[in-house]
Order: sequence, then structure tokens, then C-alpha cells
Amino acid sequence: MTSRTAVVVGGNRTPFVKAGGRFADASAQDLLTSALDGLIARFGLAGQEVGEVVAGAVLKHTRDFNLTREAVLGSALSDHTPACDLQQACGTGLEAVVYTSNKIRLGQMDVGIAGGVDSASDAPLVVTERLRRAMLALSRAKSLPDKLTALSSIRPADLAPVPPAVVEPRTGLSMGESQALTTAKWGVTREEQDELALASHQNLAAAWDEGFFDDLVTPYLKVSRDGILRPETSMEALGKLRTVFGKGDDATMTAGNSTALTDGAALVLVAEEEYAKGRGWPVWAKVVDAQVAAVDYTTGNEGLLMAPARAIPTLLERNGLTLADFDFYEFHEAFASTVLATLKALEERGIGTVDRSKLNVRGSSLAAGHPFAATGGRIVATLAKMLHEHGPGSRGLVSICAAGGQGVVAILEA
Amino acid sequence: MDLLETLYSTPAGKAIARKAGLSDPPVLRRGRVMPAGPVVLAELGRAGVVRETLGLLGVEPAEPLLDVPDARTKDEKGREQPPRYPEKPGAVIIDATGARRITELEGLRQVLRPIMRGLESSGRVIIVATDASAVDGLEAKAVAQGIDGINRTVGKELRGGATSNLVYLRDAAAAADLASTMSFLLEGRSAYVSGQAWRVGPAERAHDVLANPFEGRIVVVTGAARGIGAAIARTFARDGATVVAVDIPPAGDALAGVANEIAGSALQLDITSADAGERLVQHVARVHGLDARIWAVVHNAGITRDKMLANLDEKRWASVLDVNLAAEMRINDFLLSSDVPGGLAEEARIVGIASTSGVAGNKGQTNYAASKAGIMGLVWAMRDELAGRPITTNAVAPGFIETEMTAAIPFVQREIFRRTNSLGQGGKPTDVAETLAFLCDPASGGVDGQVIRVCGQNLVGA
Repeated sequence: MTSRTAVVVGGNRTPFVKAGGRFADASAQDLLTSALDGLIARFGLAGQEVGEVVAGAVLKHTRDFNLTREAVLGSALSDHTPACDLQQACGTGLEAVVYTSNKIRLGQMDVGIAGGVDSASDAPLVVTERLRRAMLALSRAKSLPDKLTALSSIRPADLAPVPPAVVEPRTGLSMGESQALTTAKWGVTREEQDELALASHQNLAAAWDEGFFDDLVTPYLKVSRDGILRPETSMEALGKLRTVFGKGDDATMTAGNSTALTDGAALVLVAEEEYAKGRGWPVWAKVVDAQVAAVDYTTGNEGLLMAPARAIPTLLERNGLTLADFDFYEFHEAFASTVLATLKALEERGIGTVDRSKLNVRGSSLAAGHPFAATGGRIVATLAKMLHEHGPGSRGLVSICAAGGQGVVAILEA
Repeated sequence: MDLLETLYSTPAGKAIARKAGLSDPPVLRRGRVMPAGPVVLAELGRAGVVRETLGLLGVEPAEPLLDVPDARTKDEKGREQPPRYPEKPGAVIIDATGARRITELEGLRQVLRPIMRGLESSGRVIIVATDASAVDGLEAKAVAQGIDGINRTVGKELRGGATSNLVYLRDAAAAADLASTMSFLLEGRSAYVSGQAWRVGPAERAHDVLANPFEGRIVVVTGAARGIGAAIARTFARDGATVVAVDIPPAGDALAGVANEIAGSALQLDITSADAGERLVQHVARVHGLDARIWAVVHNAGITRDKMLANLDEKRWASVLDVNLAAEMRINDFLLSSDVPGGLAEEARIVGIASTSGVAGNKGQTNYAASKAGIMGLVWAMRDELAGRPITTNAVAPGFIETEMTAAIPFVQREIFRRTNSLGQGGKPTDVAETLAFLCDPASGGVDGQVIRVCGQNLVGA
């Protein structure tokens, strides 16, 4: 088989807005369809068939079992376009790009669309476990006495819905509480975190002002810019925020240096390199390689979100690269301290130092927000465009941490 | 809707309005639809070019009835009546290209009198004359202009949505050059164009008149996310074009909707950015292939920042002129001077949007009127500038068009604007679109440097 290369040729996302805000009434499917239609319009794909659309969501209703296919059917793409739902927590978007790229490399398709969506506003509400079991028993019951028995097991308290929460099942800790342990362990200071948050806001604001996102974002519901972005924020303003995760005087994590619950969708258009060139599509960046890893967070030995520190050395070694061989680094800012702890871990383990002037230079999740499964698509499209503008041979590293102690990292090259 | 408008839309309100003389305006024939009744051709003196044109369009003309004494009949009260057609004509075309003498204008009267109250609904009067630049002698030049006086008055006297328009043929213009104009005027596409005159010369390159003239051609439409721009995009797509829909980034979602609906592509672009032309051609090459070239650019994007001049600051002044005029010129300059992938084709069409405000001026719109009159000046000058290149530059000047923008005008004022024209109604975005598509038609190569008003023969600036 001749060698085939998967390249990112473009992307599209909705603006990202805080959960409960302007997209509160939009479902995950609405958001994904909108992002898809924007991408289709940008590349003139209406009525055309694409190899496959691959996307996912972390917060997902059971009715959305075929979320991506439903979005395709609601979009301007040909109904012959197949779709696949894929999920790896916050790694979903990047994992979708990897899946798509691999299929393209293997010759199973020439062009695919990859990404994800999340609506924390549209999160499923769950009934109590007792109520759920009682209702299932009721549906199985054949006789009236059996039905009455099933119903009688329900207590008034069971009727209240269970509020949604992103909690690790094995530790019972929320993402922020888990990260607070890591923050303390790696001695990440409040000031370091606020500095990273400030840079994220400043970089993202500058990118917007420059028009960098003109061909990466399509407005939705009259929102045309990221809603969480605070261009005017300062160290002083960030310093005034009270801590929300961690305990006592040592707590350093605030709403300013942690990502907010966010609504949004992001997709990238991936194609085989020669196919892309044949269509005149810009070859922004090759998807060179990717690596997944997981940490042993349940024992407390490693931080929940520290898996990228494991994945990166493996990826570098396989590609004969060092950490210094990159022009840009895109480290997903789940929390400022996640990025900082990961950088410290890479340094401590002798993997190398990340040049901070090359880190998240167009802003990242602290400023843009983090609709879980959409983050990968946002990062890949942003980085691919940056690499393309920087010139041939320039290289970027993507690092995304995910729930369950997992991490996905990837190399892109212009 | 305000209270008055609500009352006006009730059956009782309509009845009162009718009593007050505000009858329901006629529903105009629109689209690629020919007149239902016969197409009558009258030839005055030396002629032939119009008959040949109709032949190209596959139209078999009927003979005219002339209002001469012998042909008249008397009604029951003994009054003399002009001859009456057995079947209401759909259109009357007068080939007056041979008219040079004042006495020959009588020939137009003879043809027109019988149909002034006898045309079908949305009927057509089309007069073809020789342009003053192509005739010799003072009388002939005066006669050429005199015909326009007839045209404009006939437009005002006709009823039932009928229109009158005049085509001046320049030297060496032939039937093939006239065909696209004749087809446009006969069909419903010209529904809201009346009382107008434009010139047709010899085209640099000949093309047949087709029903889908833009098949395989790329047409760029700016300001395409909504209103008139969206209608333009849809009309070009209907006629076969692959449309590149352009609008500012904040309008991107509506823009994507339009682009996807017509299987075109969307480009989020602020046309006032310095590299707008470059980004436009890059998009065309990327999305539509490296071999793709732009056939037509429709400069539709425009803004208003209305203020009476007494209150008008430099910011409102500059933004309107930049968006409506300067940006268009910068993009044209780039396209006309760059032979690059995704750039302008060797043969091409450039069209802009002027305005009745530019023709006549409008209170509170000094800045806008400057920009729109500027478009007219640009179009006239570019014809000379591009002489010898198969590229035409034209513009339309819309009158009162029913859009979201004009819906914001207070009801009474809006109703006045709507009715103060020969067709007694506002135009639709599609009327502007159809006229632009006609100007961009490959077969319209002989129409160059023209500004066509799409205003139902508005009283303002006529």
C-alpha cells in the first residue's frame, strides 16, 4: 500500500459560552449540527458525502445514542454520510481526530470530520437508583400484586432528581477536588496559576482581535465570540477571586484559574494529503502520531489529570523527538495547575522543558471555556492553522487530560 | 406592526383603504416566466434587428394594430375608439431604431394607443431605439431623447403591473447583443423595472441566451447572509451558479445557512480589511479548486449610518464610504490586477448596488448618497477603463424594496414610499437580484457601464 498521510485542512466551532447562558436552550445535537453546518458552508460541502463524521459528547442523554449521525441527518451533508459516536471523556475530540486520521491513513476513507460537543446546560438529569430499580421492576411485573409491590418500594425522597455532577466514581471526588490534591503535591502556587490564566485570556483576546478565528468559528444564536473570555482581566482581578477547590489556607484554585462548565461544539476537517491537494484544500498540518496513557490515580500515587506526563515521553521516543523539537505546545487548561503540574512532572522526569512563550499562544480552555468533548477539535484546528501560518516543517504538541486518569497527546506538523 | 398597520391589514381596514383610493396593488409576474398573451412587434421604418433578436429567443411576433382613423370604431356613445386586439397582448415591442425625424414619433403613438388599456396584467412595452451617439444630425439626436420621454410617460400611464422600458442600441450593436436584454424585459425577471432606459453595445464576446447561464461559473456575492444579498445568492444559484457567499464574521451562521441551502460556500470576511481581495481569491481556490475562476462579483454589502448632516460626525461619514465604496474599489483593483488561482476570469462581470438615494439625494443620508452616487460614477468610469477587456461593470439602483431594513420604517412613511411609484407597491429583494443576474449574464456582454434602477419607476429622482 502506498503511504497515505492524514492532514487537517480546516475546522469550525461554535463560540463557547458558559453553561446556562446563551446556549442554554440548545441541545448537544443542535450545537453539533450548527458546527457541522458551518464547516460544510466553509468548504462548500452541501449535499456531498463525507467518509465519516466522528464525534462525541461527555454529558450524553440516552436519546442521543446516535448523536453524531443525527447531527449529520440534520445538517446539509448528504444523508449517505455515515457517522460514529466515540467517547473518551475530555479526550474525545482529539481521539476522534486520531480515529479519523487512522482510517484515512489505512485507505478506508479520504476525508472525514472529527470533533465533539458538550452542553453542560443540556446535561441529563438522573432519577434516584431506588426509583429507577422500582420502575424497571414495575415494567417487568405481570400481575397486579407484583406491580403494587414494585410501586410500594418507592419512597417520596426517591422522586427527587439526582443533580448532575462530574465526579470520579472510584474516588468520589470532583474534578476540581482531585486536581487540588495534584496542585498541592506539585506545589503549584496561586500566582503561577493566575499568570497562566491571564496569558490565556490575553492570547485568546488578541487572536479574536486579529481575526484569527474568522475561518475557525461560526456564530451561533447571535453569539459571535467566546463568552467566557475576559480581555480586560488582570492579575489583580484574578487575585481577588476566592478559592473554590482545596482546603484551608493552602487552597489556590479559583474560578479564574479553573475552567467553567461550558457549552459548545468543535469539528475539524481531516483529509488524505493528496486528496486534499487535489481539491485545492489547504494542507494545514499532518496528524503525525498520537498516544494515550492512563495513571494509577485511584491509589493516590498519581494525580487524576497527570496522564499526559506519561503519554508524552512514549510519543516523543517513538517519533525520535525531544520536547524541545516543537514550535508550539497546546496543553489543555482543564485547570491552570494541571498544565503547570504536567510541565513540572516533565521537567522532574528529565523529559525536558516547555518554552512558555510557545505554550497556548492563541489562548486555551481557561479563556475559551471547556465544553468537554469539543476541546480537542478546538485545539487541533487552532494548532493546525498556527503551524500552517508558521511555515512548512513547524511542529506542534497537543496534550489533553481526561477523566478516569487518562490522557491523549498528539503531534501535528505543517 | 404598529396599531395603524394592524388596522390596515384587517378586512375592514382594507375596505376603507380602498375607498380612500389605496387599492390593493397588482401582483406582478416574476421569475423566468414569459407573457401569456401574444408578443406584438411593431417596426417603424428601417428595422430588422428586433425581429432577428426575437428569432434568437424563439419568439414568434404578432402583427400590431395601429391607431389610424380608418382602424377606429365608435362606441355606444359615438366616441372614436382605437382598434382593439382580439386577445390582450402580453408585450408590445417597438423597433424604433430607424426613427430620425420628429414626425416619425407619430408611429409610436399609433402603436401604443391601442394597448394603453389593453395589455395583459404585468404586460410589457419595450421600445428599442438607436442611441444618440450613433445618429447624425440635431433632429435625430433630439428624437432619440424624445423617445425616452414617451417611455417614461407610458410607464406612468400603464396599469395592472405593466412596465415600459427603452433600450438604446449603440453603434454596431447586433441582435445577439440585444437578446439578453430582450429576454430579461419580456420575462417576469424585470417585474419591478419600469420607465428605465439603458444602452446596449457590441459585446466583446458573444454568448447564447440560456436558462441556466451560470452553470459551472463562480459568482461572489457580498453581504449574502440576509435580505437582498441572500436573494441575490439564491437567484444566481437558481440560474446555475456556484455561489461564494460573503459576509462579516458575526453574520456567519445565517451566511452558512444561505450557502448550504444553495450548495455554495461561505466566506466570513470583513470586506473593508486590507487583504479582503486576497482572502477572497484564496477561498475560491481552496474550496472550488485551483482551476476555479470568478465569473462575477456582486458587490452587495452596504451599510447605512443615517444622520442629518447637522449631526453627522466623521466616524459615521467614513464607515459608510469605506464599506459602500472604497472597499469595493480595493477588491476590484486586486481582482483586476491579479492573475492568480481563484482570481477573476479573463472574461467577467462586476456589478454594484447604487441607490435612489444616490440618484436623487435623501435627507439624513449624505454619507450614503455620496457612496451610492460614487458607485454610479465608478461604473461609468470603469467602462472606459476596461475598454478592450471582456469585463463589464454595471450597477442597479434599488428603490423601495421590502426588506427587514425597510420594515423598520414607520408604517405611514413606509406606505407612502411603497406607493409613490408607477407600480404602486414596493419591490422584492428578488427583483434586485434578477436585474443583477441579467447584468452578469454571459450573454449581457453588450451591457456595460449602465445603472439600472429597480424602483417600479419611483417618483424620486426619476
